[in-house]
Amino acid sequence: MGAGHAHRLYVAGDSPVHRLAPQCKLVAVLAFVLLVVATPRERIWAFGAYALLLGAVAVGARVPLGLVLRRIVIEVPFVAFAFLMPFVANGDKVAVLGLRLSESGLWGAWNILAKGTLGVIASILLAATTEPRVLLLGIERLRMPQLITQIATFMLRYGDVVTAEFARMRVARASRGFEPRDLRDAGVLAKSVGALFLRSYERGERVHLAMVSRGYDGRMPVLHDVGASAAQWSLAAALPLAAAAVTLAAWMAA
Amino acid sequence: MHVPDGFIDAPVSIAAGAVAVAGVAVALRGARRELDDRTAPLAGLTAAFVFAAQMLNFPVASGTSGHLLGGTLAAILVGPYTGVLCVSVVLLMQALLFADGGLTALGVNVITMALATVLVGYGLFRLLLRVLPKTRASVGGASFVAAVVSVPCSAAVFTLIYAIGGTTDVSVGKVAAAMIGVHVLIGLGEALITAVTVSSVLAVRPDLVYGARKLIKPLELRTGAPGGGPADRPAEGPARPSGASA
Repeated sequence: MGAGHAHRLYVAGDSPVHRLAPQCKLVAVLAFVLLVVATPRERIWAFGAYALLLGAVAVGARVPLGLVLRRIVIEVPFVAFAFLMPFVANGDKVAVLGLRLSESGLWGAWNILAKGTLGVIASILLAATTEPRVLLLGIERLRMPQLITQIATFMLRYGDVVTAEFARMRVARASRGFEPRDLRDAGVLAKSVGALFLRSYERGERVHLAMVSRGYDGRMPVLHDVGASAAQWSLAAALPLAAAAVTLAAWMAA
Repeated sequence: MHVPDGFIDAPVSIAAGAVAVAGVAVALRGARRELDDRTAPLAGLTAAFVFAAQMLNFPVASGTSGHLLGGTLAAILVGPYTGVLCVSVVLLMQALLFADGGLTALGVNVITMALATVLVGYGLFRLLLRVLPKTRASVGGASFVAAVVSVPCSAAVFTLIYAIGGTTDVSVGKVAAAMIGVHVLIGLGEALITAVTVSSVLAVRPDLVYGARKLIKPLELRTGAPGGGPADRPAEGPARPSGASA
């Protein structure tokens, strides 16, 4: 329960990007990613332009490049998938480095790599400049039902606690010589999962009782408001507007 | 697998988002019935549990490993509506904070990993319990079958969305074969973990297994113990069903 209040994904700072209201950043990121996805994959320069835009945001927010690169590894599974594309896709074959690869498969791989990576970087920048707690306030501002944001709040608050509990179970298993090899070992893991569920749920029951004894009636009190001014909205709109110009140019160039 | 941005084209992503919003809205109304004012803390902690359990990678076949989807497990343990909510919130947080799964693909991910697994898994689970004898072993068996079927079904739903809005030129047949083939294996691991987890929770706190509430017998008050004990003492504590031995 002694987890720190600053989340490890968050890079503390006081840049204009950090100061933006969370709902502005959310809308901007979502619009940006949608525009990226809607861009025809043949316009390679457009994706370079998007990358430059994200680079400008990263510089403005003073998010270290190393952090972004470290966290990009989340996309490794689908990079592997993208590399399979040229070998399994249909269509005309072209010779690349002596291999006969599918042309449309190459385009497909490029499409997933470029769009997926841009989406991942946009999410990383959002999480690095916005505290999770504030991000949830922003989601709530965007008319997300309060029940969802409350569940998300509890998940974030206790996610580390439950994960740490699970890690302790793993250490306990390992120190007794357990090492999962194949499917037959799943039974041992499942007993841990069962115990983890019981501990999580019973913790939830205690948390609920503690909240009721402090006057909880199904709604969370609003402790600080995150209203956004027109200036903040227009600053946040810079990213999707610039991206929209690129998308438009990419469509026109067809 | 969490679908990244760019895998499914923009119009289909938006349509999938709309379907996901409708599904989550139905789940919101249902979850209030399942948990009343305890919804937020209990569903929140269950979401944290699903989040942690998804980090559990189990070996599938040589070299590859799958992670728990947890949809069927959550639905059997806390109820289908709350289960959908928990998995959806986990997916939302993974997309927003951990960049795991694209923001535009969030609708697709919610449909395949929250709605499809819970609908198929929980539906099958209830159906099986109706025909099987009312014992603990059949709860375990039903969870196994429900989970083993739900995972390839989720892969099939993904293939369907891919057939409508996929951006790559891999034939639908190949995608279906690869996705469903791999997920049959992942489903086996998922099913084993789901069944043993449900059984072990059932053994310790059967009142916490939502899908098996009907199996709990009401407590009976036994009075008139021999040896002059305090026979008229009321049953202690809140309802912890008797006969629960782990």
